[in-house]
Amino acid sequence: MNDLLFQYLLRLGDDSLILGQRLCEWCGHAPTIEVDLSLSNLALDLIGQATLFLGYAGEVESGGRDADALAFHRDAEDFRNCLLVEQPNGDFARTMARQFLFSSYQLALLDRLCSSADGRIAEIAAKAVKEVRYHADLAADWVVRLGDGTAESRGRMIEGLDDCWRFLDDLFAMDDGERALAAAGIAADKAALRPLVQGRVEQVLRQATLSMPGLPWQVTGGRTGRHSEHLSRLLAEMQVLPRAHPGARW
Amino acid sequence: MDIAPAIDRQLAGRIAAVLDTVPDPEIPVVSVTELGIVRGIVADEGSGAVTVRITPTYTGCPATQVIERSVREALDAAGFREVALETVLSPPWSTDMIDEAGREKLRAYGIAPPPKGAAARSLRGRDVVECPRCGSADTVEVSRFGSTPCKALWRCRNCAEPFDRFKCH
Ligand SMILES: [Zn+2]
Repeated sequence: MNDLLFQYLLRLGDDSLILGQRLCEWCGHAPTIEVDLSLSNLALDLIGQATLFLGYAGEVESGGRDADALAFHRDAEDFRNCLLVEQPNGDFARTMARQFLFSSYQLALLDRLCSSADGRIAEIAAKAVKEVRYHADLAADWVVRLGDGTAESRGRMIEGLDDCWRFLDDLFAMDDGERALAAAGIAADKAALRPLVQGRVEQVLRQATLSMPGLPWQVTGGRTGRHSEHLSRLLAEMQVLPRAHPGARW
Repeated sequence: MDIAPAIDRQLAGRIAAVLDTVPDPEIPVVSVTELGIVRGIVADEGSGAVTVRITPTYTGCPATQVIERSVREALDAAGFREVALETVLSPPWSTDMIDEAGREKLRAYGIAPPPKGAAARSLRGRDVVECPRCGSADTVEVSRFGSTPCKALWRCRNCAEPFDRFKCH
């Protein structure tokens, strides 16, 4: 059970870590100073969540690895994040489309994990869910603003959403281990979450005068370490310093 | 702040007085106690060992580590080296934990404090926010995310000044 829990915590922590790192790339480049601050705030929250989940993962593993060791000294194939979060930022509409899907999913997930049978997971979820509510709100606002905006902004939001839609099955993917944890009340049953998330997404898209894209061919594999080449590049940038100077502190 | 019954009241009072002097690193006009970051002072029933419990405001708040260090230094300087420091996540911090003195100091500093009980209300509910400079209620949210994780950026339409608002959380 301990190894299953360790794997599950990596999935939770890596989603937050990788999306947090992606959002950091916007720092200094966002369309306005307010958006710049918003994205950095989201990134901070996500990296904070990652620290808590990966810290707990390290304790469960009891192999002497802490959150930093897990973040900086694993290679791409050892990461368990979903494919959606590692996708490049693209333009602002694409970033917001990705954020909207992920935050809608994460909000439903954390909401459920607040009553996890694992006290530590429940505690972290209760803390994080309050922050993620802001993320989901912010992203939904932008989906509506861009989708129901000019022909240009609308076109870009449609493209952004279309691009993310390939990764929905991967986002909700569960293996036998995770199903066992869900049966024990520790993990969330993602199959049960999916209709909830879909309902919320549909509601916002309607407000944005956009229609729900059909489900295109799906790419999966993130949860088992089969990632796109984008993750390796992201990790190269994120990990270069601690790997070049192991144990360095400031 | 909870002070466990097992602890000597006088000792707890002296520790609390030290904590009252530790400022929040990002909003130095309020102490960590007034912000509700200090969750309790507890003593082990058997050994009598004393622990101060603190809680982070936001999971990724960069000030959290600075706060831990400042609390540690303040306790050490006051002769409380043996007092342990523990970070707890539960129950999660909310703006309702900011006390009245803290709220007043925030307002005087130019930050609109969150109303009590607001943490439970819907984010999309548009409540009235008074400008901390002129008191006008004719204000508008510019950005839900401001200079620190705990603040949103607002503007007053009466005096035209921008101001920070402590986010309901
Ligand atoms: Zn004013």
